Amino acid sequence: MNAVLIAIVVVPIAVTILTWWTPLHLSRALTIASGIATFVLALTLVPAATSHGFLAAGPALRADALSIVFVVPTAFLYLTTAIFAAGYLHLPEGTAGRRYARRFYAGLNLFCWAMVVAPLVNGLALLWVAIEVTTVVSALLVAIDDTDGATEAAWKYVLIASLGLGIALLATIVMYYAGTKVFGSSYNLSYPALLAGAHRFPPDAVRLADILAVIGFGTKMGLVPVHTWLPDAHSEAPTPISALLSGALLATSFYAILRFFQVSMRALGPTFPRNVLLAFGLASLLLAALYLLSQRDLKRLLAYSSVEHMGILAIGMSFSAPLAIVGVLLHVIAHGAAKGTAFFGAGSVVRKFLTKDLLRIRGGIALLPWSGTMLVLAVLALSGMPPFGIFRSEFLIVSGGLSDPHDAVAAILVVLVTLAFFGLSWFTTETMVTPAPPRLVATLGRGETSWFIVVAMVLGLAGLVVLGVHVPGQLSVLLHHAATELEVTR
Amino acid sequence: MAHPAPSTFTGAADVIAVLVLLSEFAMLRAPLLRSQVRLYAFQSLVVTVLAIVVAATRHIDELYVLAAVSFVLKVVVVPRIVLRLLSRAEVSLAGSSAYGVATMTLIAIAVSIFGFFSIGALHLHSTALPSTALAISVAVVLVSFVLIILRSDVVSQAVGFFSLENGVSVASLVVASGLPLIVDVAFLFDLLVAVVVFGVLMRVHQGRTNTLSTDPLDQLKG
Repeated sequence: MNAVLIAIVVVPIAVTILTWWTPLHLSRALTIASGIATFVLALTLVPAATSHGFLAAGPALRADALSIVFVVPTAFLYLTTAIFAAGYLHLPEGTAGRRYARRFYAGLNLFCWAMVVAPLVNGLALLWVAIEVTTVVSALLVAIDDTDGATEAAWKYVLIASLGLGIALLATIVMYYAGTKVFGSSYNLSYPALLAGAHRFPPDAVRLADILAVIGFGTKMGLVPVHTWLPDAHSEAPTPISALLSGALLATSFYAILRFFQVSMRALGPTFPRNVLLAFGLASLLLAALYLLSQRDLKRLLAYSSVEHMGILAIGMSFSAPLAIVGVLLHVIAHGAAKGTAFFGAGSVVRKFLTKDLLRIRGGIALLPWSGTMLVLAVLALSGMPPFGIFRSEFLIVSGGLSDPHDAVAAILVVLVTLAFFGLSWFTTETMVTPAPPRLVATLGRGETSWFIVVAMVLGLAGLVVLGVHVPGQLSVLLHHAATELEVTR
Repeated sequence: MAHPAPSTFTGAADVIAVLVLLSEFAMLRAPLLRSQVRLYAFQSLVVTVLAIVVAATRHIDELYVLAAVSFVLKVVVVPRIVLRLLSRAEVSLAGSSAYGVATMTLIAIAVSIFGFFSIGALHLHSTALPSTALAISVAVVLVSFVLIILRSDVVSQAVGFFSLENGVSVASLVVASGLPLIVDVAFLFDLLVAVVVFGVLMRVHQGRTNTLSTDPLDQLKG
């Protein structure tokens, strides 16, 4: 089984190197092929991880159920984004276009590689290294359009995210310090050892490490009040990168927080790590819901929706019911698919109308019959409408929360999610379903800009419907395994 | 209860941590960007010395390699890159900060005291590892935050991040020198990549706005 684990780590990096040399049409095909291969490999890891408990390849690679839960949506977004990018990129002829394409495709593949590898490495130290790689690659991808906005967004992103990761590194070191009481001064931070010894760690040091990790990795995850880079980077990056940032990168950072959460649960018992996440989650959900009500930029709107969903994830982790934890893990997957699809739709709209301003976009469905309609569906999915996956995951989180002693939190969650629903769906639906002014129809014309975009969105929505109507049996087992791994206390 | 005399290693680690903190303060008040970069090079040199001390006292031979790499990167290459960038810039004075030098220093003293004592309050006593150096390195991290927040030019902010990494390096050397070498090398490699990215973005910024100040970076809000 090790072969699959090694293959999933090797394929994207090999394609990264290849796309640096190949011409554009080949890079495009290679990236899609790599996305398909990675997704298929990720799916084959699902039954293997549930039947064996964990898979390992050498000392550095280890995949348990929790890892696979995060690899699957990342691989899915890799696949759909590769298809979307093929239709989205309109490059100028000549060397400028070639150079852009080369940077873009090598960067895209490397970025996806780092996000696939991060959940598969064994240990907090290597995890930090992988996440830092995602930062530097994605910062360059945010800046790739070389506009004033992109430069500003990239600078803010690289500075704030790097500072966050500096704090996360401090968290890793403090956790190492806690471990020296049990393992002596020389050991590596691999998960099995950490989890086995955690109950003997000094609690104060673990508390510090947990808080530093939530702040540090929370910066990359987009938790309020350390989310400030997120709307800028998401709105100024090329849309395929926005989709990956929102759907996969934030989840990868959440995974890092969960690893610290897992150790803290065993070292401290459930109260402390849950309360830390609850505080950040409530702040994120509240602020995002309010910003969603006043946002008029399509991509920034989706960015704040990401902050909202990260808040939901953090709150969900604070509930004691295992049902809520299963919901949180399902939410990670469903949010990846939904946010990717929504950004693809936004990309299609931006290509057509040449603006992100919601007040100037009218008649989206009339001009873009496929991607406009699917954008509305994706936004409804993001707002928690059935029959899509987010409905199921939010339902699980809320019903888990209502069985919690602190069921008031679940009530607050429902109120804020409803508020966010208004903000998110009102304006986007309005711009999409209003009839198109004749002037716009005349200048822009009806019809899709590219069928690649439509295919990517169909895939995303299909995934969401599958998750919403019936979660496949193996995936359901995987989610329960992962939830059990997270819930073990001392 | 009488405290035992600190070992040579603990003493050396504490002295070096203090030197790193002092150079962080010097960076905070340095008016010239050029001198800020030189102070960073000095600070990195001190951290390299710490790596050698740890390697010698704990007999971890791999750390010599790490020290060599760290010397080349952080004392020679990175300051070179930034200084070259500065030589192209019109103005090499630090961007005007919101507060005067005295206020900045007082704020920095306050946050470093906070950092030092908050680690002390955790009672992380350990016979093998120097907790004082850990507390000081947390203070370094906090002061570098002050530097980044109060200085409004891209060079100070980047140098602030690099020196934050120096602070974390001190912590990792005194506490986590037992981590496998591969991890340490990965850390350093990551830093190098981050530096390159910072360099690229600084140059892009300068190319677009013709300034090193962060004042033009206020277009995206809401």
